[in-house]
Amino acid sequence: MDYFNTLVVILDSTIRLSIPLLLACLAGLYSERAGIFDIGLEGKMLAGAFAGAAAAAVSGSAWIGLSAALLVSTFLALVHGFASITHRGNQIVSGVAINFIAAGSTIILGQAWFSQGGRTPSLGADARFTAITLPGAEALRDVPIVGYLYYELVSGHSALVYFAFAMVAFTWWVLFRTRFGLRLRAVGENPAAVDTAGVSVAWLRYRAVICTGILCGFAGTYLALAQNAGFVKDMTAGKGFIALAALIFAKWRPVPAMFACLLFGFLDALSIRMQGTPLPLVGRVPAQFFQALPYVLTVVLLAGFIGRAIPPRAGGVPYVKER
Amino acid sequence: MAEAAIELVGINKSFGAVHANRDIHLEVPRGTIHGIVGENGAGKSTLMSILYGFYQADRGEIRVNGKPAAINTPNDAIALGIGMVHQHFMLVQNFTVLENVILGVEGGALLKSSIARARSELTRLEREYGLEVDPDAVIEELPVGLQQRVEILKALYRGAEILILDEPTGVLTPPEADHLFRILRQLKEEGKTVILITHKLHEIMAITDNVSVMRQGQMVATRKTSETNVEELAELMVGRRVLLRVEKGENRPGDFKLSVKNLTVRDSRGVTMVDDVSLDVRAGEIVGIAGVAGNGQSELIETIAGIRKAVSGTVLLDGKPIDVTGTADPGELRDRGLAHVPEDRHYVGLVLAFEEYENSILGYHDHAQYLKGPFLNIEAIRADARDKIEKYDIRPANERLKTANFSGGNQQKIVLARELEKDPGVLIVGQPTRGVDVGAIEFIHKRLIAMRDAGKAVLLVSVELDEIRSLSDRILVMFDGRIVGERDGDASEGELGLLMAGVERQEAAE
Repeated sequence: MDYFNTLVVILDSTIRLSIPLLLACLAGLYSERAGIFDIGLEGKMLAGAFAGAAAAAVSGSAWIGLSAALLVSTFLALVHGFASITHRGNQIVSGVAINFIAAGSTIILGQAWFSQGGRTPSLGADARFTAITLPGAEALRDVPIVGYLYYELVSGHSALVYFAFAMVAFTWWVLFRTRFGLRLRAVGENPAAVDTAGVSVAWLRYRAVICTGILCGFAGTYLALAQNAGFVKDMTAGKGFIALAALIFAKWRPVPAMFACLLFGFLDALSIRMQGTPLPLVGRVPAQFFQALPYVLTVVLLAGFIGRAIPPRAGGVPYVKER
Repeated sequence: MAEAAIELVGINKSFGAVHANRDIHLEVPRGTIHGIVGENGAGKSTLMSILYGFYQADRGEIRVNGKPAAINTPNDAIALGIGMVHQHFMLVQNFTVLENVILGVEGGALLKSSIARARSELTRLEREYGLEVDPDAVIEELPVGLQQRVEILKALYRGAEILILDEPTGVLTPPEADHLFRILRQLKEEGKTVILITHKLHEIMAITDNVSVMRQGQMVATRKTSETNVEELAELMVGRRVLLRVEKGENRPGDFKLSVKNLTVRDSRGVTMVDDVSLDVRAGEIVGIAGVAGNGQSELIETIAGIRKAVSGTVLLDGKPIDVTGTADPGELRDRGLAHVPEDRHYVGLVLAFEEYENSILGYHDHAQYLKGPFLNIEAIRADARDKIEKYDIRPANERLKTANFSGGNQQKIVLARELEKDPGVLIVGQPTRGVDVGAIEFIHKRLIAMRDAGKAVLLVSVELDEIRSLSDRILVMFDGRIVGERDGDASEGELGLLMAGVERQEAAE
């Protein structure tokens, strides 16, 4: 029972740690499926987290925080779109620029507004998305295994967690069951086919980029208003890049993306749990070893174990009519 | 004359300094097949792109069924019943046939009902026009002939009454092309109008009712097909008399210069592309390899030229082995007198961003005549480039011009001059006239014949059957990585076409 409890605790924190990855990964999926590479997920998430925390701190409302996060993140996504769709700029350069802008401006603005060394003030319960208990969780708590799992694992997360998992199904449905999804996938593979079919390539890609911005805003909100109680500088800590790795790993498909993010979240949870705990036979392992695992895993798996990950064919290439 | 389905009045279009279309007038009667011929860069594709709303004309008017029409986007064209089959197919490779057909005309936000509707409509169209294709097949798994059918279906599904086809037979085998022509005649009988853009004059003669000729952005003539002939059309296209048939005398084959034995090559996925191929090329003969693109010809010549490694087999150059499974490299082979004009001059043959003179010595840049100590002797190289420009009539005659700014034909002449001027004993040529205009084709063909007559061994690969037949002393046909037949240079097109389609082999297997 002791091992079981430990496992449940690790799985529970796996879910918490996977959510920002999952939201960012789905965000990237919309953009990259439409043929716009986006390494600026990190920056949009960070800016969203800051805007969300700042607005929530001032207004005292989590919902106003969320709105601010969505606005700022979508604005940055549109900047990326403007550079790479309208002006056919290099998508990598534009993404890097957004990361830098977010990393720098959040600290400067945070210090100027709140004077707490780049942090935002600590948020109270009303200004956060706190854990919600699902109906029946208390009642089922004492039912062995199933009830316990329901109470510990399924119930007791913030609303954003449930939203993220719902987005997996929703994204799959949009991508493979709607007209928008069909066109989105087409424009990432062969924009000329979309253009000659009488559909605007630019407008389609802008809509994809907006979806990316919105989901990155949610990811940032989760970091600042659910996982933590405020903004801390560089709080995304590379999650945007891990999300990109998960996206490649999942070959740009929503359901595998969820599993990839859960896997990375699990490794993260394991590394926190294992800090300072001696392992049998090998003894004490430095925490950095576990922290490095997700990255090592990405390299190893991408290098051969998952087969070739073929990105959308038109990815990264600005669309120009012939000549 | 029937009422005009399409009428173009005074169309003008410029791209920067290039006047691609100059005062074009064109009338296409309804229910006819109308051919448009012209050299590369004559403005045919631009004109059709304007008609399809892909570009906008700077000046001029388009009339559809007698009424002036404003066509600003492909959507406008589609609404007017104009459909287009592009030279490079506008298909999403990893989509199914159905998904490609409905893209842009889904008719509802959810796919389920649109797909069901498209499926029944598609079945009707397939039956009506003999355009059978599996609606659930994924495009990238279909042969090009079927992909083209999907393009035609796409247009018909959108209700096209006027169908534009841009160079439709370039990627087809002769039997596939025949099937396409039957479909086009069927469409004509149903009252549809077809505009066929091509540079193959015998296709024009075979299928069109009327033909218009474009030259340097202008429409120079329109003829009834029954009242003209290939010679006249060629002259109109080029603006001077051209020899369509290369004149060549008897060949006098000499020693074996190149011998390939049991060569097998696999590609990066492990698929066998060249399967146990043996062939010989003797001095003073041109051996042509015919075949539909993608049947292993490219891999064969790349291996002989040292670009690609073989799995097994031997290649002898002047009786001495080339290490094709190991260390053979193009530089070494060049020094041993084997020159290679690669199939794809843009990716393999030239660095387009270089100036002409730099490309004119690429691969030979370490020859003493171009060096001054460890440095390039720029003066000598430029003088050498100017010589080649004069000898091969490369235009514009400016060795300092960026290579990308030369036309396809002149780029090919740059490659040819580089390889031929080193006087190689064996010449391997891939697609020597792909994307090259009629005038330059004549020149290139004469050069290759001259090589042969000078006692060189020439191995020629081309997807243009006409070219293979007019140049080769012997023809080998490749299908599915194997050589499936050998014929004399005067073999008929029909006979070769069947071999290229693998027909003989399948029958033998049955």
